[in-house]
Amino acid sequence: MTPIHEPLSEEAAARLVMIAGLSATPFSISGGGTRSLLPAADGAEQLSTRGLNGIVAYNPAEMTMTARAGTPLEKVEAALAENRQMLAFEPVDLRGVLGSSGIPTIGGVFATNASGPRRFVAGAARDSLLGVRFVNGKGEIVKAGGRVMKNVTGLDLAKLLAGSHGSLALLTEVTFRVLPMPETAVTIVISGLNDAEATAAMATAMGLPVEVSGAAHLPESVRGRFAGGALPDGAATVLRLEGLAASVSVRAQKLADAMAGFGAVSQCDAGLTQRLWREIRDAAPYADGTSRPLWRVSVAPTAGQQLVAALRLETGVDAFYDWQGGLVWLRMESDPEAALLRRYIKAVGGGHATLLRARPDVLAATDIFQPQADAVAALQTAVKASFDPGGLFRSRMTG
Amino acid sequence: MDQIAFLEPRPAVLSRRREIVADLLDLLPEGCLVHEPRELVPFETDAFVSYRRLPLAVALPETTQQVAAVLKYCHRYGVPVVPRGAGTSLAGGAIPQEDAVVIGLSKMAQILEVDFANRTATVQAGVTNLAISDAVSADGYFYAPDPSSQLACTIGGNIGMNSGGAHCLKYGVTTNNLLGVKLVLIDGTIVDLGGKALDAGGLDLLGVVCGGEGQLGIVTEATVRLVARPEGARPVLFGFDSSEEAGACVADVIGAGIIPVAIEFMDKPAIEICEAFAQAGYPMDVEALLIVEVEGSEAEMDAMLASIIEIAGRHGVKVVKECQSATEAALIWKGRKSAFGATGRIADYICMDGTVPLSQLPHVLRGTAEIVAKHGLRVANVFHAGDGNMHPLILFNANDPDDAARAEAAGNEILKLCVDAGGCLTGEHGVGIEKRDLMRHQYSEADLAQQMAVRAAFDPQWLLNPSKVFPLEGRPAA
Repeated sequence: MTPIHEPLSEEAAARLVMIAGLSATPFSISGGGTRSLLPAADGAEQLSTRGLNGIVAYNPAEMTMTARAGTPLEKVEAALAENRQMLAFEPVDLRGVLGSSGIPTIGGVFATNASGPRRFVAGAARDSLLGVRFVNGKGEIVKAGGRVMKNVTGLDLAKLLAGSHGSLALLTEVTFRVLPMPETAVTIVISGLNDAEATAAMATAMGLPVEVSGAAHLPESVRGRFAGGALPDGAATVLRLEGLAASVSVRAQKLADAMAGFGAVSQCDAGLTQRLWREIRDAAPYADGTSRPLWRVSVAPTAGQQLVAALRLETGVDAFYDWQGGLVWLRMESDPEAALLRRYIKAVGGGHATLLRARPDVLAATDIFQPQADAVAALQTAVKASFDPGGLFRSRMTG
Repeated sequence: MDQIAFLEPRPAVLSRRREIVADLLDLLPEGCLVHEPRELVPFETDAFVSYRRLPLAVALPETTQQVAAVLKYCHRYGVPVVPRGAGTSLAGGAIPQEDAVVIGLSKMAQILEVDFANRTATVQAGVTNLAISDAVSADGYFYAPDPSSQLACTIGGNIGMNSGGAHCLKYGVTTNNLLGVKLVLIDGTIVDLGGKALDAGGLDLLGVVCGGEGQLGIVTEATVRLVARPEGARPVLFGFDSSEEAGACVADVIGAGIIPVAIEFMDKPAIEICEAFAQAGYPMDVEALLIVEVEGSEAEMDAMLASIIEIAGRHGVKVVKECQSATEAALIWKGRKSAFGATGRIADYICMDGTVPLSQLPHVLRGTAEIVAKHGLRVANVFHAGDGNMHPLILFNANDPDDAARAEAAGNEILKLCVDAGGCLTGEHGVGIEKRDLMRHQYSEADLAQQMAVRAAFDPQWLLNPSKVFPLEGRPAA
């Protein structure tokens, strides 16, 4: 069994890393262990942020919070909810699809840039991240960014750490922007569109001044697995509106009128809306207790359905779309078909695919993160070395 | 007042000047290299006019390949390179140095593609900020970041500085609206970072290139996010008896969960200067003014304004003035956006750009007034209050060296006050040379060393914009 280190302070974490550097003992960084399916690198000892727990500062009037990296996400969201605030990017909870346990941490959310449905209009986790404290591979405590909304003082290292999957440094503390919770939300449903029609409908909706905050397409194969089967028959193209009640009802009417030309339009109330978008966020239909390969693919919004159409000619896939069609949740029948998928992503204009789930031997043998062009990969390697010259932090992202 | 040092020019480069010019002439089409000293003068400074250096030559390439060829050459011969957009930097980000080749992007000013279905525009780096919105406005879209210099400044410069603007309270700054770039590295390698898909497949290199102040590579093309234009927008003026009350009102509006598109602040000196210039109809009998802009349908704007007016009432608001027409609204913004230019007509000024937590606004405004008074100078405050991004304009006489030195000293004290209040040195203008030597006030040695190590990962020889951002002493050996 590999040792697990849980330093209780930033200083202890720094000391641990510095000492490990002397014997070149590699670490695999984890938060709450919710992505435990991803195998740690060979011989790496686990370094967990779980001991770094607690909200450090929260000033609702400034819309910012500072928390230690190991603080459970639940605790952060509860504190925000008390003040009717929230994380704008709707962090994804992958426990369902991964069949994993563990407690998602705020550090893990930022380290994986785990962003949900609102991402395509409100930004990703990386866009909410204002500042970080971390321990680099030399065991130095470093801060970057700050706690104000606008800050261009020096290089924006916080962006690099967001989504770095533990490859650069151990995050110890994060400061992030929060937003007021909308007073209410509704969903406009357009029924019976095929993937291409749905893509056109979503693009039209995003061009209207109604501030759509969620745009997903749930093909017939998955529609029944959302919202307890409460959506009308046929594929469902769903558009979310949020804000003040008076404003939402006016915008809902406008949007429904504009969408009537595409198909039958209906509306979900606030309660169903909340459930539906949580399930879209967490790819609930694929929380199926299997280890069938599950990909999260990001392409241009109009390219999502092209990609799926091309794949369908060659292999068995099940898919649904978020982010106006640009985020594709893709479940393969048996083989992850990584090479095929990535060839088609390139063909539809580029993007990236991350393999979230598969049998352990398949996960170990597949490039789970998108391979980069040579020159970009060389830059990544150089950036990795600038944080962690000894290569102490092992991660699938940078090797 | 020439106190901020530049790197010593490299004798090995200066002595080869003639050869370098001849080689660059070979690499570029006719009319794409400026090298006569007289013609180099327009490139010797930017909007931070107190400092100037004549560059060795200015390359004005027409294609990404030409940018790559020039960079490859400069890399091979150890020639420093200073990228330049429109030269509107307030922090000296585009000021060259004697041994540097400036690469100006002014000839790369085409909009390459507008893609409404994917809500993106792909443009060359020399396209102006406003030209993007102009190109898509007939279809009901706009590009959100709107620095005051948007008529002139380029998207390449915006990316270099991660520029903001008045409306970023709702829409975010450049980095939040940038999807991809074509980047030329110092050795001439061309890479594509990002694109029309959201988020990076690997490390978020785009996130650090944006705001990299031209030290990591030269951006030649960018793909940016377009946003549907709101149905309507309405700026409203709120006049207060004191700056403190106005500042407290801002904090309460945000605290109440109301996020207008913009909340701009002006104190009395700024109101007087802007009103004289733009005749915007600002109230003259108040000590502080907020321009609050809301947007949406008429009903939405009415509802939001009612809440804001109620909060302002609790802070003793003296004047509430809703504009009655689009012309009036345009005038209100013209006054605000011409604040720097209008100030420049009555005095020389330096503009600070510190950002502070909202709760600290009243404290920092008071401290700013005290610092400036102590130095025997005047200040006008005009800034983005909703996000705490302050812009005190310190007025002085540039012909009086003593006056100028005091202005610079006052500016430095104000920025330190911002950092000590939990804020930062610069919210949107960038570090450039202006704030470079204050970086140690905000960052520890380990913080700076980490940033410099990332910088060196892109440019190991420190050739790109080398006199900027990081204090000259304590740099790693290149």
